[in-house]
Amino acid sequence: MRKLLAGIAIVGLLAACAEENPVVSTASPSPGATAADCAKGVTTYVSPGTLTVGTDNPAYPPYFQGGAAKESEWKLNDPATGKGFESAVAYAVSGSMGFSPDNVQWVVAPFNQTYAPGAKSWDFAIEQISYSTKRASAVDFSESYFDVNQALVAVKGTPITSATSLADLQGYTLAAPTGTTSYEYIVGVIKPTKEPGAFSTLSDTVAAINAHQVDGIVVDLPTALYIADPFVQEVKNSVVVGQFPTVGTPEHFGMTFVKGNPLVGCVNQALAELKSDGTLQAITTKWLSEKTNVGSVPVFSTS
Amino acid sequence: MGGLRQEGARGVLIAVVSTIVVAAAIAFVVTRSPNWPQVKEAFFNGEEFRSSFPDIAVKFVRNVEFFMVAEVFILTFALLLAVMRSLPGPVFFPIRALSIVYTDSFRGIPTILVVYLLGFGVPSLSLTGVPRSATFWAVVALILSYSAYVAEVYRAGIESVHPSQAAAARSLGLSRWKTLRFVVIPQAVRRVVPPLLNDFVGLQKDTALVGLVVSVPEAFKEAQIIQSADFNFTPLLAAALLFLLVTIPMTRLVDWLVARQRRRRQVATAL
Repeated sequence: MRKLLAGIAIVGLLAACAEENPVVSTASPSPGATAADCAKGVTTYVSPGTLTVGTDNPAYPPYFQGGAAKESEWKLNDPATGKGFESAVAYAVSGSMGFSPDNVQWVVAPFNQTYAPGAKSWDFAIEQISYSTKRASAVDFSESYFDVNQALVAVKGTPITSATSLADLQGYTLAAPTGTTSYEYIVGVIKPTKEPGAFSTLSDTVAAINAHQVDGIVVDLPTALYIADPFVQEVKNSVVVGQFPTVGTPEHFGMTFVKGNPLVGCVNQALAELKSDGTLQAITTKWLSEKTNVGSVPVFSTS
Repeated sequence: MGGLRQEGARGVLIAVVSTIVVAAAIAFVVTRSPNWPQVKEAFFNGEEFRSSFPDIAVKFVRNVEFFMVAEVFILTFALLLAVMRSLPGPVFFPIRALSIVYTDSFRGIPTILVVYLLGFGVPSLSLTGVPRSATFWAVVALILSYSAYVAEVYRAGIESVHPSQAAAARSLGLSRWKTLRFVVIPQAVRRVVPPLLNDFVGLQKDTALVGLVVSVPEAFKEAQIIQSADFNFTPLLAAALLFLLVTIPMTRLVDWLVARQRRRRQVATAL
């Protein structure tokens, strides 16, 4: 799931108003800071002394929150607020690598450009990009910062909401945004008898289910929880019907780097530190679990 | 093509040598670029091409359907627009004005915008009895847009028929309608076949725009899906090749028709 709705913006803004301090300040608790030593030795920064991080614009919740100033180039959310899951992760990682929040610069990195060959204007991109071995031949991925599951969102009371297994979903028209692992999950794992819808953006996908053109949409779980949140209801009158079981290797998000960038090692070291001291778990809980009002989501059975 | 023949063997030789020199120069510059190995991997990946081509080819059938269906409606609707515009006399002013406003607006709006507006807008209205399919409305958008262009082509043809033809027909006792139907339009259409086919080639390419709004992928969208799944741009090349396979023969046909028409006209004037 990488492209999210314009409409979510307002609610994201409201939700974020309650928040005060960015998570940034809590980063880098370990004084040993091997990631910081590592980062000092790297000479490939696009702008020396600064960690330049790329993400797509608009930056969508729940991965980015906190809104954006009117004159800002960022739509919906300015990633530099430190609010939202990926913003918080980026600041935690940069903190471990010895960068103060002031020395972190955000630039726009459109998804399709993150894997185009050539020089980049950022050191790494963080925008819900799922790892796959094929993709890894075009870019370098960091270790996982989030293990993601796909989930199904549908309108309350429609027949599809009674589905409990993958087999139950066979006869429905499902849809997902193109370029996402969600779409690949429909085509590769669910394999419905009706040809699934592939929409250019998440907002188009949501529009399609709101117009009853499709029975259900598949998105990553955090996005599903967000758009079906009783206070958001991006999909009108919707529920998260269930989350999908992992098939094969678990899917995860990684930051992406230009092939061969030595910075990958330092970021991985930083991620390892954040995992071992519980910071990453705390960030995940804060931005992706506590924020949702949906309750527990059942897992579809594979039979 | 005909030009080459006239220049003779020496001309052909010069053309061949200069083509080779230019191609070699381009190849040299491109392959010497510092990022060539990565570009080659990302855009000219043989394995990716082989694996994606069959999938995209299957979806290309949809593009063929789109332009075949659309072309039938375009040819009919555009002729209607052109005839409306050529109606003489003050009584028909509103009809002429309608046709002018229509062609001006739809030629003036980028086709991609018409596709977006209709493809997303109309299904969202949820009107009963009106198709909800974005595909349907995207193809309608192509029909509306292209009809405006094609109407102008027809009009050029109608205006190229000498007024004496219509006058002669009327003096033979044919009604205004019959004059149009049996004298003016047949001559007009014959003259504009090459530009009509030219617009048809344009339409074939623009069926890729349908992919921007529809849920069920056509060739371009399928290529994009594979592209973003594999982080490789080669599938776009596969889609481009499929379009070429259809448009190049069509372009050659247009060239041939134009040449034939020129020959015939020359023969006619010689007589």
